Amino acid sequence: MHPGARSTSESTPPVIRTEAPMIRPQNPPVEAPAIGMRVARLSAWYGKHQAIRDVTLDIPERNVTAIIGPSGCGKSTLVRCLNRMHEVVRGARAEGEVIIGGLNIYDPAVDPVALRREVGMVFQRANPFPTMTIFENVVAGLRLTGRHNGRELREVAERSLQRAALWEEVKDKLNTPGTDLSGGQQQRLCIARALAVNPNVLLMDEPASALDPVATLRIEELIRALRDEIMIVIVTHNMQQAARVSDQTAFMLAGEERVGELIEVGPTTQIFTNPRDKRTEDYITGRFG
Amino acid sequence: MRTRTGFDREIQLLQEELVLMGSMVKKQIERAVESLRTLDQEAARRVIEGDKEVDHMRFAIEERALTLIATQQPMASDLRIIVACLNMIVDIERMGDHAEGIAKIVLRYEDQPLLKPLIDIPRMAVLAADMLDQALEAFVAHDADAARQVARLDDEVDALYEQVYRELLTYMINDPRTIDRATWLLWVAHNLERIADRATNICERVIFLVTGKMEAANVSRH
Repeated sequence: MHPGARSTSESTPPVIRTEAPMIRPQNPPVEAPAIGMRVARLSAWYGKHQAIRDVTLDIPERNVTAIIGPSGCGKSTLVRCLNRMHEVVRGARAEGEVIIGGLNIYDPAVDPVALRREVGMVFQRANPFPTMTIFENVVAGLRLTGRHNGRELREVAERSLQRAALWEEVKDKLNTPGTDLSGGQQQRLCIARALAVNPNVLLMDEPASALDPVATLRIEELIRALRDEIMIVIVTHNMQQAARVSDQTAFMLAGEERVGELIEVGPTTQIFTNPRDKRTEDYITGRFG
Repeated sequence: MRTRTGFDREIQLLQEELVLMGSMVKKQIERAVESLRTLDQEAARRVIEGDKEVDHMRFAIEERALTLIATQQPMASDLRIIVACLNMIVDIERMGDHAEGIAKIVLRYEDQPLLKPLIDIPRMAVLAADMLDQALEAFVAHDADAARQVARLDDEVDALYEQVYRELLTYMINDPRTIDRATWLLWVAHNLERIADRATNICERVIFLVTGKMEAANVSRH
């Protein structure tokens, strides 16, 4: 991954199969690549049904990429393939490459669990662990990697909650249930939880679609603030949100066999002022159907 | 069923109103120069009065465009059309001001005759009015190539302006008593030259709305 990746080999509890970080490059790159993530001819199936075909996409570092498209175009499937969440579904498989830091995450040597710490995910419905306090939610990932030092956990929790723009609202009630928070706060708690394990990439699948407009805008501000530190890929059906929040936008569409394809990708301003493909133009101007 | 038929109609209306405003200004130009040719003060006053209607149309179109932006979240070509319209109405309104300027010059004449029969000035007027007409046609057709062609006509207007300038200068040098009336005609020619320049701007906006890029349609020789 990146040269600063923390080793998890010390005091690993038996439930975790990994004994090493996701990758331990023999020769770390001299300079950070400008392209953070490269998706190359990625296809995915649910059993016999092909969901996406031959998606190729470059995601630069320090960048927010939005994936837009109508329902059923495969955008959620694509994003779930980027941290191998896709294969959690029985019968699901993927082909192609997703290369982060010079390594293909589909390489057999890669541990998917460790991968999902490096490439975190936030879902449409906020899902704080129901039996845990705010504090326990944030540090859950750290505890799973064997870190139990109280002071370290408190420091990471505060930093993560600050990065998620939630600290001021919860600092005096860290021991109250996570589920007591409002919808928007719960979502920011989930973001803090993902940030606590120091990911390089944050995947967000419609993170604000269950939230009111004010909470939505706060999430968007947070995304813009995080952009300088990590790559963010956000799936959204809200085009104005994609236009507000992202640096580049990818448009997907399902063809006749209901297989999702990447139609066009480009700088967000170009996609929304002068898209190259008529299908993109029709979608973003609402002339669909 | 097409989605956004209401919005489509609104965009269509916006463009139609712009063309109407342009046609109005074209008539203003023609009437202003005719009122100069015949030194018809009454006709000149009607042109001056008519400019109020042009100004009114500009603000009506601007408000319609603003409302569309605020309420319809236009993107891509819809957005470019609206932005192009917002810019074009400024050019058209200024063209109207130049026509009004010509009419105001007519009012200066009182009892005096024209310095000389008008030849090049009406030619400039025909060209400038034609440029406006053809620019509006290119706009309606969303035709960038047509717009580029119209913009090239500006060179002819500039050449005529040079001719008028030199001729009037000669008059003024030969007989200082002609300076007043020669200067007035020079202002008229200048107004027409500016009208042609503005028509070039409109062509640039048409190119922008089609291609998404701003390009200089006709780089002036001056």
